[in-house]
Order: sequence, then C-alpha cells, then structure tokens
Amino acid sequence: MKGTASGPAERSAVVREGFERHRFGWLDALPWLCVVLWFVLAPGYLPLGTQVIVMIIFTLSLDLALGYGGIETLGHAALFGLGAYGAGLYALHVSSEPISGLAAAALAGALAALLTGALILRTRGLTLVMLTLAVATLVAELASTWKSLTGGDDGLTGYQIAPLLGLFGFDLAGRTAYWYAAAALAVLFLVSRWLVNSPFGLTVRGIRDNPVRMRMMGVQVTRRLVMLYAISGAIAGVAGGLTAQVTKLVGLDVLGLGLSANVLIMLIIGGPGRLYGAFLGAAVFVILSDRAAAINPFHWLFALGLVLILVVRFAPSGLLGAAERAVAHALRRRA
Amino acid sequence: MRYLGTAATLLVDGIAFSMVLFLISIGMTVTLGIMRVVNLAHCAFAMAGGYLALALVQHASLGLMAALPIAVIGTMILGAVLEKTVYRWVYATSELGQILMTIGLTFLMIAAANLLFGSTLQTLPVPKPLAGTWEAGDVILSTYRGFLVLVAGAIAATLWAVMEYTDVGARLRAAVDNPRIARAVGINVPRVFAATFALGCGLAAIGGVLGTQMLPLEPWYALKYLVLVLMVVAVGGLGSIQGSFYAALLLGLIDTFGRYLVPALGAFLIYLAVVALLLWRPQGLFGRS
Repeated sequence: MKGTASGPAERSAVVREGFERHRFGWLDALPWLCVVLWFVLAPGYLPLGTQVIVMIIFTLSLDLALGYGGIETLGHAALFGLGAYGAGLYALHVSSEPISGLAAAALAGALAALLTGALILRTRGLTLVMLTLAVATLVAELASTWKSLTGGDDGLTGYQIAPLLGLFGFDLAGRTAYWYAAAALAVLFLVSRWLVNSPFGLTVRGIRDNPVRMRMMGVQVTRRLVMLYAISGAIAGVAGGLTAQVTKLVGLDVLGLGLSANVLIMLIIGGPGRLYGAFLGAAVFVILSDRAAAINPFHWLFALGLVLILVVRFAPSGLLGAAERAVAHALRRRA
Repeated sequence: MRYLGTAATLLVDGIAFSMVLFLISIGMTVTLGIMRVVNLAHCAFAMAGGYLALALVQHASLGLMAALPIAVIGTMILGAVLEKTVYRWVYATSELGQILMTIGLTFLMIAAANLLFGSTLQTLPVPKPLAGTWEAGDVILSTYRGFLVLVAGAIAATLWAVMEYTDVGARLRAAVDNPRIARAVGINVPRVFAATFALGCGLAAIGGVLGTQMLPLEPWYALKYLVLVLMVVAVGGLGSIQGSFYAALLLGLIDTFGRYLVPALGAFLIYLAVVALLLWRPQGLFGRS
C-alpha cells in the first residue's frame, strides 16, 4: 500500500494486484495438500498435527491484530486462554456438544478483547505493550487464584466432549480431532482472508501505517482497532477452545507469558501481515519444538534465541517474506 | 504491640523487596528513556551477577561481600561487550524487533545459565555478621533485610546526588530529555548511553546478588521477574529513576502487605494496581506525556 504509482502502467499493476488478491491461485492449495498428506503419511503423529493446526489458528489471530492492525501485544495468550477456559467450563457445566462449545470459546475471547481493548487500545507503542502484558498477567493470576472455578494449578479437567455432529466420536488416535481442527482452520482462514481485503481490512492497514493520517481522514481509529482486536480475540478463543476440547485439559500455561511470547515468535518467523506467514511460522515452530524438547528443552531455547535474533536482523518480514523476495529477484533476473 | 511488631517486620521486608526491584529496574528505565530501546534482557543481567557471585562463593570460597564487587564488575563488562555487539542490531530495528531480539538474547542467557549452573533454585549464603535477627520488644527484624534497605538507600542517595549535582548527571538528564538537542550541544549521547548501560547492568547485578533471599537464582530468573521489573519501570515512568524508586516502593509494599493481609488474592492485587495506575496515567507516575 506504500508509495504512489506514477505511470499509468504501474497504476494499473497496483489496481490489478488489488483485485487479484481476492483470487485463489494454485499455491493456495499447498497448505491443504500438506494437511491431507500429513494425515496419509504420518497417521501416528495426528495429535502433533492437530497441535500445529491449533497454533496456526492462534497465530492467524495475532496476524490480524499485529500484522494488519499494528497492535503490538505481549498478552495474546490471555485471549487464547480465556477461550480454552470458556470451552472447558461450557463442556463441564452446560453441554458437551463441541461446536457450540467453540462458539462459547469465541465469545469468551471476543468479550475479553472487547472489554480490555476498549480500555487499552487508546494507548500505543510501549505503553500498549506493557498494558497487554499487565492485563494478561492479571488474568493468569485470577485463574490461578480462583481455584473453585478453574482448578488452579491442577488444571480444569473431568469434562467430556460429545461426538462431532452426533456422528464422529473423538477417538484415541485423534483422527476426528485432526479433521475438526482442520475444518475450523479452513473456515477461519477464509473469514480472515475476506476480512483483510474488505474495506474494514484496508482501513486497519491504513491505521497500522499511519494512524494520524487516518484520523485526519475521519476514521474512528480506536473504535476500528477495538473491533479488529475483538475479531482477533474470537479467533484466538477458538484456538484455545480447540485445545481444551481436544486435550480435555486446561492448564494455567494457556494464559502464560511463555505462550504470548511463543505466538509472537511464530508470527515473526513466518512473516507478519500476509496470513500464510502464520501457517509457515506455526508449523516450523511447533514441529521443531516438539522434536527438540524431546532431546533437551534448554538446547531448544538456545537455538530459538539465536534464530530469533538472526530472523529479526536478516529477515524482518519472516521466512515467507524472504522467500517472496528471493522469488521476485529470480523472476526479475529472468525477465 | 503484637500488630506493631508484625507491621514493622512487613514494612522492612516490603522495603527490602522494593529496593531489590529498584536496583534491577534502574538500568531498564534509563535504556527506555534515552534510546527508547525495550531491553527485555535486562533481568538476565541481574541473573548473571547473581550466578557470577555464586560461582565465586562456591569455587573460590569467597564471602558474599568479597564476591559482590567482582560479580558487579564482571556483569558490567558483559553488559558493555553486548552493548557494543548484539545491541548495535537491537538499536537498528523497530520497537517490535527490539522486543523479539532481546527476548532471543534472554533465551540464550537462560540456556547458558542452565548449562553452567543447572536448573535448581539456589540462594547465596548470608554473611555471618548479618545473619540472625534484631529484636526490640515485639519487633523482630531480619538483620540482613535491614542491611539491604540501608545499602539500597545509600545507592539511591548517591545516584540522586550524582544525577542532580554532577556534570555526568546533567549530561545524562539532557540525553534522556531530548537526545537530539543534547547531541546538538555537543554531548556524546552514544557514549553517555554506553556508560549508563554498563552502569545499569552493574546495579542490576547488585540487586541480583543481594536479593537472592527474595528472588532465588534459577535459569528462568530472567523471565520470571521480568514482568515485575517492567511494571516498576512502566508505573514509574520511562526514563525516570526517581519514578522507579517510588514505583518499586509502592509495588513492593502492596505486594508484601497484600500477600500477608489477603493471602487468598496472592499476586493478583499487585497486577490490578498496575493496570489501574497505567490506565490512570499511561505515561507513568513521573513520566512526561
């Protein structure tokens, strides 16, 4: 969106790019091909695959808030965690039906984002980072203190999840859970894609790039950001709800600073502001951390620290951004 | 009288805890104030100081007081070296990039601490003359914590005098207030900053070494207490040492008294206070908007 097109040829290229953004190309099939291939080739690793998909959804929600809206947050786990507790409590006290449980999780995430967002999104930059961190810590402390509701350190357990649509029970191998999560991802990805290309999506991108100018143009900046944050919260809540339903356990770590930092790292490694960055970053992160943690968690931490410093330094738009640049470079050379 | 005794004990404990937080937070608030650098790795320097002292106590069989200056100087050197190398990259990136890079650096230091010292909780031994308690009627005070309050008080007073009355302090204040104008009148801002960065690491190391009774050493130290220190900095106002002092006192006392008076709420109270304070004054108690 930056820069002005000078010649008519360039301008038409910008316009064409704007229209073609909505269209699906062959490359758009790639992630879904991976989903199917994983199921066929790694049937023993379906729980890990489900975890990857859940984290993609969570990272996608952060991409909307941070990558498109410029909301810098160190507290996104609060929205994920509240979704998880929402789904867990819904299953425990209301109904074990999974899809309405996800709706409850989305509602929990969205409401939390709406309430806190209305308070804290007036601020920007460092203060906003501190406030998101403080709010998330507050929520985590509340959950650890309110033992009668959340189970405290022991976690929330003892709930059942009814078969999906009354037909597919959640099996031990995790086949149902895998396709359930993949379906949720597909729906949420389409919604996100539509959202970021809608007038609303263009508005928040404008706010990200220049909030003062957008305010001058008559955009209600804070209100738009709160709306975006609530949508992001709903999606993060669904991710949390999926975890709660699939693992049948909600621990305090779903609200922790560790998760907030990890999701940020996933997005940055993948590349913010392009939706598919969430796919790449979450997949790389979850799979590697699963393998590395089995060997030695501190070695993983060392590698992660190193990768983080190098990615920010040498590939600030993430792996996907670096790949895009490499492809563009190769195409230009050929032309 | 019994209540008075409890209140006095809590007061000294709370102030001692506050002073440890204050010592660790000075470096961070100055970094944020001058360079607008979000240095999330700052707590790792307090941890580095603590572990250095631990190594000296365990392997060179030095006393705590003998190990302290060596650990502090060691941490300052570590800080200065990192400032000249990795932090060059940190300065050059965006705010979000700084957060991520310094988290990365924290991860590296956590992994290093685990490799060298293992993952168990460790505390440094209290020197003999400072062990035990000091009693007057019902008032029972830990000698070590009283000592901690005195030391930190002395450091705070010295810092204040240096900031207020010396040329160095004036340069630093000018650099915090307006780096561009400070540069224009001939102050070498990067050098002031490098010196302050090292000094901040040293002060954090003092907090790390002396505070192990309250904040025991472990590899996760660097992340575990980060939130607390960040909150002191944010509530005090970015770049304000005085603000950090009062914020540390306020939060330390709220936490200590809160945990004693309403144990059911645990650490909840302090975060509630922080959110309320930041919403009331987003620029912090002593920060300028």
